[in-house]
Amino acid sequence: MILPVVIYLFAVFFVPIGGMLGLAVRDDELAEVMPLTVTEIAKWDGAGLPGPTAFEAVARDLTTAANARTAGTPARRLSYDDPALRGVISTTARGLKGEFAEGTDWTTRLPELDPAWGQPAVWTAIDRAAGPYSDFFVLAALDLRRDAAGSLHFAPDESRLYLDVLARTLKIAASVTAICLILALPAAYLLKSVSTGTQGLLMIVLLLPLWTSLLVRSAAWMVILQKNGIINNVLLKIGIIDAPLELVFNRTGVLIALSHILLPYAVLPVLGAMRNVSATQTLAASSLGAGPVRTFFSVYLPQIVPGISAAGLLVFILALGYYITPLLLGGPGDQLLPFYIAFNTTQTVNWGLAAALGSILLLATLLLYGVYVKLVGADRIGLG
Amino acid sequence: MDSQYLWRLAIKICGALVLFFLIAPILAIIPLSFNSSSILSYPLEGFSTEWYAKLFVDDRWWNAIRNSLIVAAATVAIATPLGTFAAVGLSKVTFRGKPLVVAALMSPMIVPTIITAVGIYFMFSKLGLANSLTGLVLAHVALAVPFVVITVSASVAQLDPVLLRAASSLGAGAVTSFRVVTLPLILPGVISGAIFAFTTSFDEVVVAVLLTGPEQRTLPRELLSGTRENLDPSVMAIATLLVLFSTALLLVFNAIQNRSRKLRD
Repeated sequence: MILPVVIYLFAVFFVPIGGMLGLAVRDDELAEVMPLTVTEIAKWDGAGLPGPTAFEAVARDLTTAANARTAGTPARRLSYDDPALRGVISTTARGLKGEFAEGTDWTTRLPELDPAWGQPAVWTAIDRAAGPYSDFFVLAALDLRRDAAGSLHFAPDESRLYLDVLARTLKIAASVTAICLILALPAAYLLKSVSTGTQGLLMIVLLLPLWTSLLVRSAAWMVILQKNGIINNVLLKIGIIDAPLELVFNRTGVLIALSHILLPYAVLPVLGAMRNVSATQTLAASSLGAGPVRTFFSVYLPQIVPGISAAGLLVFILALGYYITPLLLGGPGDQLLPFYIAFNTTQTVNWGLAAALGSILLLATLLLYGVYVKLVGADRIGLG
Repeated sequence: MDSQYLWRLAIKICGALVLFFLIAPILAIIPLSFNSSSILSYPLEGFSTEWYAKLFVDDRWWNAIRNSLIVAAATVAIATPLGTFAAVGLSKVTFRGKPLVVAALMSPMIVPTIITAVGIYFMFSKLGLANSLTGLVLAHVALAVPFVVITVSASVAQLDPVLLRAASSLGAGAVTSFRVVTLPLILPGVISGAIFAFTTSFDEVVVAVLLTGPEQRTLPRELLSGTRENLDPSVMAIATLLVLFSTALLLVFNAIQNRSRKLRD
């Protein structure tokens, strides 16, 4: 009876994700259009320029590509390495005019079409892209690249991006987790201590946001936080501020909205832990003379720590994966890793990089999920 | 009044403020959809239903609602039986590595949707399933199934094994005993699971962004464009309708859960 769902998820969930992981290390676009070049470049020792056969292979491949109108593929692939190489490939393909002249000295002819062929840079780029598998995209997702000799270097400052994005994603997720935990404690305490009837009502208040469309919640925050929105209007009217605060399309907006969206996930585990604390223990503590603060820290808190850590871990994991909310409420500098995965999938169409970034996010999530499963058990991941 | 009492009162007031923070933004947009001004702010200028009237004549929204309902209904129809069978099956067997299987079944809930979406997009683009409602349904089923497994499992856990033994001693086969004994008893869980599957699909936007073209736009996808390009009161009107709809679903879900809890006690 379990088999159908296992087969289904295998086909529609695990295979696609496996495919994505594969795309992160597969690098065969160049080889598809320039097969001769790829074979010849394998014979090059990486020092100086490759031999005349490699030049001839490039000329043959690009002639064929120009006729088949497929020169765009190697141009795009090499541009991931260095944007200037896109022009080198297309100029050369155009310059060859679709005819391969036998007996030409390609070692002088190619540099005439584009001087880049006289420099090692383009050849190392071809060597790196020869495939069929490479760590190019995974390294690019970490702002690293390999030079001709094979050693690793950080990309030049102006093209560095993804380490920042990764750090930013972790930082925002950590801030949101902290905010959620601080807010979850009093809310869970209130829910635990009211009568059953009131609790039913308050549970609806807690769960309604979870059932409301994510877009409705994000749009609501846009409206509330905008320059002439409710918050700014109220603050202006009571004279706390003189000019509207910038609350949206920046980090503040992202933090407020993400905390609001993830808060119920933090309250539920904490509430579960609080329900298991017996009232007699805190009573005993205070009858022995412990003040409220001491009772809380030495009797109450230690007992709800498992609930708090489960809540924190869950919120952190979920926060790593948000795409739409930061898109709507953040500025360009507040986008998380998921934004760049989507961006490279649909805008730059650099699927290898998108897949590599996805693999990094997946790895982080799965590691934390493993810890979470150990902590609470897989069957208890729910919405309460 | 001792300090203990004041301390507790202070925590409860903070708790109440937190719950207010949770619910207030959702309620705040409702009056804005009835505002006669197109400026999305308080104080309101006057009462008007023109934004709702605008919605009713706009094909764009109708199309989106229709697509969303088709996709959500199909998702429910596939995910509910898949998840129900899995939950019943899991309750009957113990084997080494079962926790791993359970963790794997739950993982679509935990893996960021963008990763599922991108993986499915890469695969479906090759299979020609991108830009089709079929592709979207297949993806939504994967996302919805864990929720069905969880809710049905909770029901199955309450099932009295004596009843099943009684059924088989009276000569009922596995199929009959499932149909006559198990299914009626876990039905509240199955319906709850179906509701979960419905909302999962009905609210899903990340897969929809990647997998739908202009023809297949679902309601959340259309709402995303509305919010990004032209945030006006008709977006608030749609949002209000969605809030009412999810409140209704939540209340139904709650009622089913409470009833089955009462029946047990």
